[in-house]
Amino acid sequence: MPRIWKFGDDIDTDQVVPGRYAPYMTGDPELQKYAFIENRPDFAKQVKTGDWIVAGKNFGCGSSREYAAQALRKSPIAGIIAKSYARIFFRNALNLGIPLYESDELNDRVQDGQELSFDAEHSSLTVDGKTYALKPMPGFVHQIIREGSIIDFVKKHGKFPGE
Amino acid sequence: MSQQTLAEKILSHVSNREVHAGDLAVVPVARAMTVDSIALSVMDVMKQLGCERVHDPDKIALFVDHVAPASNVATADAQQKLRAFAEAQGIRAFYDVGSGICHQVMIEEKLVTPGTVAVGSDSHSTAYGMVGTFGTGMGSTDVGLIFATGKTWLRVPETLRVDLRGKPRPYVMTKDIILRIIRDLKVDGGTYKAMEYHGVESFSFDSRFTLASMSTELGAKVGLIEPDEVIKKRFPVPDWLYSDADARYLRRIDLDVSTLDPQVAAPNSVDNVHDVGELKSVHVDTVFLGSCTNARLEDLQTVARIVRGKRIAKGTRLMVTPASRTVLMNATNDGTLSTLLEFGAALATPGCGACMGRSQGVLGAGEVCFSTGNRNFRGRMGSPEAKIYLGSPAVAAATALTGFITDPSAL
Repeated sequence: MPRIWKFGDDIDTDQVVPGRYAPYMTGDPELQKYAFIENRPDFAKQVKTGDWIVAGKNFGCGSSREYAAQALRKSPIAGIIAKSYARIFFRNALNLGIPLYESDELNDRVQDGQELSFDAEHSSLTVDGKTYALKPMPGFVHQIIREGSIIDFVKKHGKFPGE
Repeated sequence: MSQQTLAEKILSHVSNREVHAGDLAVVPVARAMTVDSIALSVMDVMKQLGCERVHDPDKIALFVDHVAPASNVATADAQQKLRAFAEAQGIRAFYDVGSGICHQVMIEEKLVTPGTVAVGSDSHSTAYGMVGTFGTGMGSTDVGLIFATGKTWLRVPETLRVDLRGKPRPYVMTKDIILRIIRDLKVDGGTYKAMEYHGVESFSFDSRFTLASMSTELGAKVGLIEPDEVIKKRFPVPDWLYSDADARYLRRIDLDVSTLDPQVAAPNSVDNVHDVGELKSVHVDTVFLGSCTNARLEDLQTVARIVRGKRIAKGTRLMVTPASRTVLMNATNDGTLSTLLEFGAALATPGCGACMGRSQGVLGAGEVCFSTGNRNFRGRMGSPEAKIYLGSPAVAAATALTGFITDPSAL
């Protein structure tokens, strides 16, 4: 069963991938190895397909570095559910096609390591027998995710969502 | 058009229709900028799009500032590729090692225009708001799309209006004002929002940069200052570039700056802000006078005035990294630099330097740094076991003198 990786509020991009581990510094494209390398060293080693990150408010604040989102894209996580996102991280993750949801209550109700099942059709997550409805995201978010990424979207449609 | 904030007005003008907060707008980008640490990713996005030529080479600027000069073979190789890209694409606004920090040079060289949109692959691109440019930071995919198409999409932000009142006390700087605002609003208090600052008429050109650039530490999309005579003397300001008297703000914040003490952000969050006096027992190993936030001529002069003729505290170091070559030349010509060097400062190449934790002053485990920069996240400047305090150049100077976090007015 996939599990929850729980994080708190204001997880900044230096905690997702510290600047010293940027591909620019290391020349290493295997970014997923460095996801949360100092914050949670067990993450990169143990994360499995279908796991979700469940975070607090303002997830991804700080730098514009897209390799933070890229490290999570290259990891096997299915997506992220946060109370809220920092704006540049939100754009970066969405552009790369990472499913993003918001929930005010989930982070306070669940524990790190709990098993989960995700229902994409109803945008809900079930943990320990209780089902949590996730907030619906704006239409352009679904349009981008459906095509795979913003690059796939622009290549296919020749314009931006909403243009 | 009426009832518009500065952000709504700019986005309406550039998209040729009246837009208000909440609308999605696809807008032309008058200047897109990237830097050595991100450029290869931007080039890769163009490749994925099948795009060989940038949309308009005169609307792009490229900088080698994040690790400048290169610190290892990987960064040197990447910089070579950036130079080749600039040459092949005919991009004239290319600034190599030693030119300085992208945001500082964008303003010095007037690469941004009031009333237009400028996007950088760096979060502190909000700095351009100091001259009334809708400046915002984005990731490499968004910037790559702008390089290819000349456009981006934006959700028109709601605006938080800040009115500053009163005259700050001696040694209180705009850094203290923005830290006070972040202390109150917290690091997500401006997420997705535009900040709009009023009451800055008495503040110098240099000092406004700090307000606009650190708006990103509130999570804000943009940090706009309505251009006044100080800006109009240097930049072409369109006559429509002001916020309407009946503009709709999400919230209005009044801040009396006349009683403000110097403010210091303690580890590990920019909103963990204290009055300087509360931190006077903190010993500091290294003081960093640098970054796009506070390393302009005025900042260096402020430090020089406080330390002139004195010696740095034993057991404390001072690293000076001027924001640009122009700042360094001016500080050399007016004697500021020799004052700092006589005091005991070490000098680094203009650029982002130690603020990034990648070169020119990386911190080790257990080290305590007082930085004039903008972020004190765990691991930001090197070891995750280092501690970073953020504050103004005036407090940095007093701290370098005593070795402890010090209020300059208490010297």
